[in-house]
Order: sequence, then C-alpha cells, then structure tokens
Amino acid sequence: MSAKHAVTSLVLAGAVSTALATLAAAGPLTKAEGEAAMAAKKEKCFGVALKGQNDCAAGPGTTCQGTSTVDFQGNAWKFVQGGTCTSIELPNGKKGSLKPV
Amino acid sequence: MLPEPSLPFAAAFAPALLDPARSTPSVVTGPNGKAAGRRYDVYRNNVTVSLIDALAAVYPAVQRITGPEFFRAMARFHVRSHPPTSPLLFEYGRDFPAFIEAYEHAQDMPWLADVARIERAWLDAYHAADAAPLSPARLSAVTPDHLADLVFVPHPAARCLRSQYAAVTIFAANRDGAPLPRIDASTPEDALITRPAFDVTVHRLPPGGAVFADGLISGLSLGEAAASALDAAAGFDIAANIAGLIEAGTFISLACGDPS
Repeated sequence: MSAKHAVTSLVLAGAVSTALATLAAAGPLTKAEGEAAMAAKKEKCFGVALKGQNDCAAGPGTTCQGTSTVDFQGNAWKFVQGGTCTSIELPNGKKGSLKPV
Repeated sequence: MLPEPSLPFAAAFAPALLDPARSTPSVVTGPNGKAAGRRYDVYRNNVTVSLIDALAAVYPAVQRITGPEFFRAMARFHVRSHPPTSPLLFEYGRDFPAFIEAYEHAQDMPWLADVARIERAWLDAYHAADAAPLSPARLSAVTPDHLADLVFVPHPAARCLRSQYAAVTIFAANRDGAPLPRIDASTPEDALITRPAFDVTVHRLPPGGAVFADGLISGLSLGEAAASALDAAAGFDIAANIAGLIEAGTFISLACGDPS
C-alpha cells in the first residue's frame, strides 16, 4: 500500500456507498435532483467521447475488398500534411505544418 | 485445412514482395515458361496496397489528421519495414503507433501516436470477447471490512491509455466526420476504452482516474488502487471513479484479494 496515502476501510465504505447511490440514482431522488446529479457526474468524470460507430469500422480483413488500386511510389509532396492537423495546436504555436518538413 | 504450401516456392516467391527494387523471382513464369514480370508486379502492388488499406481501416482518425497522401506514404514505409506476422488482417499494424512516434515527417504532431494508440485499442475492444458487465448489486453485497482487499476482474474489452496530449479529444473529433474546432493539444488526457455490450465507448478519465483504472484492471486491490490514485491526484474522488468505472462496463466480477 502507498506510503503517502493509506485508505482506510471507513473511507472505502463511504466511497462505495456513495458510488452505489450514484449508480442507483433513479430511485429516491426527485426528477430535478436526479438530473442535477447526472449532470454533475457527467461534468466530473467519464465524459463519453465517442460511442456507437461500429457499423463503419470493424477493421481490415472483415469485408471483401478489391485491391487493384495502383499505389505509386512516395514523392516529396506526400510528406505534406493535408488533413485536419492545422486545427490542432500546441501552446508554443506549433501545429501540423502545411509545408514539407 | 489448407493444403501445405510448397515451402521452397514460397521462400523464393515472397522476399521481393515488399521490395520493388528486387527483380521478379525466377520461379515465377507465364505460360510456356515465359517471363512474368508484370504479373508479379500486379501481385506485389496488391500486397502493398492491401496492407496500406488495412492500416487506413484501423487508423481512420490518423488518416483524417494527416490527409490521405501523407498517411499512405507513411504507411508504405511501415509496411515495407514491418510485414504482417499473422494471416488475420485486423491484427496488422499493432506496432504502427510506435512507428508514427519515430517517423521523421510526423515530429511536429507529437500527439499523433497517442491518437493511433486509442484507435488500436478501439479495434481490440471491438474484437474482444463478449462478457456481461459487473452489476452494482454485487458490490453492495461486499462487507466494509473486505473492501480494501477487493479485486475487480476486468472486462476483456477494457483498456486504459494515458497521454501527455489531448489525444481523446483529437481522436473523437476526427472520428465523427464533423468539421474540427480549434483544439489545444497540450492538455493531458487519459482514455478508458470499454465495450459493455455491442458498442465500443471511449471515455476521458478525470485526474487520477487512469492510475486508479489501470491499477484495478491490472489486479491491484481497491485499497491499493485508491491509495495510488490519491498519490497521483490529491483531490481524487474515489466514489465518482468507482461509479464511473462500473457504469462504463470496465469489470465483469469481483474476487477477494490476498489480504496482505
């Protein structure tokens, strides 16, 4: 166990009962209370980033695709990033470049 | 059962497949023993194209971020240096994130490899075994003095990834096809990937959440995992994280750990 933080059974018991109450939030709370609890929980943790796109992405080899495309050799212009990378920034101003690097 | 391949033929046929500089193997001939260089080139081209297409199918967000030309050039270098080791195409490209991390032309996108790691985990979760998630009722049956030693059995699809960058936001924004807002890549984000039923779900974990989830998934007791999460993030909310992990379908059952 951690040297800095020993978590007592009492703390764990409190946390687990709070967690179970959160999971069962539908019961004793009024509708408004339930919604507030749900919103607070969403805010606090486990924001769902993405779900339910399985229809389009089972991965390669799971459908029968023709592969007759000719794939040309790499040229310098193929090292130019051309996608959404210019919208993604780091604080020092660095972002995906549109120039060959 | 497949027929036994002719090994000497395969050994002569295969080495030039991923190296266009090599000439057509002499074992490849057309009718009447004529040379078949162009036929071999068609085959060789299809090998490379199908492997690049496989990477594009596993890593669609990476491709959207870099654009297809950049992606295919990068993928080709990877294909040439890392041929498949399994006949199952969806297993291909497991080492592509590490390749991206070292790829010289992607160095100004230091978050790109972590986005790829989330995409790989997404597909692995998709193909993981089905299992019914842990019911909260099971947890409520545990007596308080057993909680510290309690061990959670992870769902086969559950995975946790940590990034120094906003990898979850970048992943999500590039998987849904909508126009991208400005994204500040510098916020560290940790991901929890689960598939409680049929849909893979990617969650962004709160501070300390990845240490906690990682600990529980790798078999630490509840007491140990909570302590290490509190070490990592002072305000760590044990209750909210237990609830979040259970609700996300991270576990399938409980076991009593070795009380030590």
